[in-house]
Amino acid sequence: MYIYDEHDYKILGERTTQFRKQTDRYLAGELKEEEFLPLRLQNGLYIQRLAPMLRVNVPYGMLNTTQLRKIAQVAREYDKGYVHVSTRQNIQFNWPELAEVPAILTELAAVEMHATQSSGSCLRNTTSDQFAGIAPDEVVDPRPYSEIIRQWSSFHPEFAFLPRKFKIAVSGAESDRAAIRVHDIGLQLVTNTDGEVGFKVLVGGGLGRTPVIGSVIREFLPEVHLISYLDAILRIYNQLGRRDNKYKARIKILVKAMGADKFAAKVEQEWAHIKDGLSTLTQEEIENAKNAFSTPAYAELDDAQTTLDQQTAEQPAFGKWLSRNVHPHRVSGYAAVTLSLKPTGVAPGDITDSQLEAIADLADDYSFAEARTTHEQNIVLGDVKQSDLFELWKKAKAKGFATPNIGTLTDMICCPGGDFCSLANAKSLPIAEAIQRQFDDLDYLYDLGNLDLNISGCMNACGHHHIGHIGILGVDKKGEEFYQVQLGGNAGTDTSLGKVLGPAFGADDVPQVMQRIIDTFVAKRVDGEQFIETYRRIGMAPFKEQVYAKAD
Amino acid sequence: MPKLIKDAKIIDNQWSMLEASDTPTDALIPAGNVIVPLNVWQSKKADLANRAGEIGVWLSSNEFAEELVDDVENLPLIALHFATFMDGRAFSTARLLRERFGFTGELRASGAIIRDQLCYLRRCGVNAFHFTDASINLEGALESLDDFSDGYQTSVEQKTPLFRRR
Repeated sequence: MYIYDEHDYKILGERTTQFRKQTDRYLAGELKEEEFLPLRLQNGLYIQRLAPMLRVNVPYGMLNTTQLRKIAQVAREYDKGYVHVSTRQNIQFNWPELAEVPAILTELAAVEMHATQSSGSCLRNTTSDQFAGIAPDEVVDPRPYSEIIRQWSSFHPEFAFLPRKFKIAVSGAESDRAAIRVHDIGLQLVTNTDGEVGFKVLVGGGLGRTPVIGSVIREFLPEVHLISYLDAILRIYNQLGRRDNKYKARIKILVKAMGADKFAAKVEQEWAHIKDGLSTLTQEEIENAKNAFSTPAYAELDDAQTTLDQQTAEQPAFGKWLSRNVHPHRVSGYAAVTLSLKPTGVAPGDITDSQLEAIADLADDYSFAEARTTHEQNIVLGDVKQSDLFELWKKAKAKGFATPNIGTLTDMICCPGGDFCSLANAKSLPIAEAIQRQFDDLDYLYDLGNLDLNISGCMNACGHHHIGHIGILGVDKKGEEFYQVQLGGNAGTDTSLGKVLGPAFGADDVPQVMQRIIDTFVAKRVDGEQFIETYRRIGMAPFKEQVYAKAD
Repeated sequence: MPKLIKDAKIIDNQWSMLEASDTPTDALIPAGNVIVPLNVWQSKKADLANRAGEIGVWLSSNEFAEELVDDVENLPLIALHFATFMDGRAFSTARLLRERFGFTGELRASGAIIRDQLCYLRRCGVNAFHFTDASINLEGALESLDDFSDGYQTSVEQKTPLFRRR
């Protein structure tokens, strides 16, 4: 993992001091509300429905156990003893006191964490693949480049007052687990025919009220030009992005209005001026960044499949967990494990202080003292010996995060919704729980296979409802909460956006509607198809017919 | 006399600013050091030639650096006017004037800027700051200029990005 040097500490220290002074000026009445607003947002602080919410960045999802324990301590001392893992791999505190936020940020800075630009109209935290560095299908590890982007984007003097928020995601694998097609900039690491490393560059993707799949504006950007090319894109956006209407201010609207080709030409024109300058990455810098993510000291092991089969025979429940929560690793004898933060009855992605510490203990014992947050709101231990899996399972089970539901209907993505968020039109957490209760038979869930259910409490789409196989969107109709259902969305390499099934439903009807959708799928499914495959084959009509059929 | 911050010092403002005009050809330009709107400058450039040294130009956020590409050598002052501090377009304009077009005169940020922007504006090449709000405590604002002693990126102040200096 990247380790701060004296420069990183100094700059971050200056930032915390700056925000402490800004908060003091605000509390003393010397800084106006509207002037403090963007400053606190750029330090991660929202004012929510019930209390402030502090969003702390987890750059590209990587956490070491010192950081996990610090988050637990902060949650206990400054908050109500739990945090929330967001859909952009970040950690959110739900109940901090405004006056204490500078102290929290100082605590976090000591373990190389920050809330810099985690909200506001600026460059946000760069996200990546939760299996970076360990996935068998990885072409190039995206983390060194994500760290280079983190540094470039932090305190960038030119782009702190953009038209709107700006999110970058990087993927280095064949299978896109970072949702790069629905980011303002998506970067796909590739190698060209000469074996050189570079990026395929996508711009203008996004969810929200106008979901768009990003357009490729460059097939191959040599790695050394990463920073100057990003500068060029951001400069065009900063100058030409709309500022008259916040719903039309994201780069996707600009790219759509100009046309991707014309936008690409504009970027190339700007880039021609700044290319090959001092921002060009040196081989030394790239090497340094790579060394920061060097391979841990893996033991030389053979795959332990025979042992695992034996353990499964003795404990079928272990087998279920293996099949859903354990993922292949590029190093033989190792595996990656997803700790589920989605047991029924707990808000998806919520985790308590003692659970954070338990995960830290597990990571220390089994996974080189590191863990990863995922945009599906779970936590991954990346480097577990296969021979340790059985023991790890037992311990994780005792702590409540071995629910073997990863990738299934109940491993849903869900925003905090109207219970917490002041933007939300409707509650999302009770809907999530009602669905989890409706589908509480694990064997049935396994039969259904991979099914992404994404729930957002409003069209800002923090729950990524457009790219769930089934998406649920909370809407407000004359002060009442309703839920619109979408089908056919998909994240990943063949990203697609869901289509609306029909008129929205009341909260009480949602579990039954879900049941009818699933029953239709089961009835129409052939040869073990996944939900999305069946949907793509048969389309919307059969689902619509069943869901809206009048009772006889 | 109204004050402003220039080159990290509090000094008297020696320039008056002419308001924007829909009929630039009719604009009356007072004596002394005057910062005129871009459209006045463009329509009266020839007339103003004999007042070299005492005419500056201000750009609103939607007027970009390219507009002054032929003038950077001769103008003593360019002002970037912020109607609202949230409009960050002028940050790019400032860098382009300095880095691409080689402007070496006074580059002033004026209008609704807040002191918390000063450090970044300076990195983008702005060296003078004129707050519309006369109640701003300029001594306090001076402190904000130095919020950060270093940055990761290339900037007008520090051309070599941090990764080349580690």
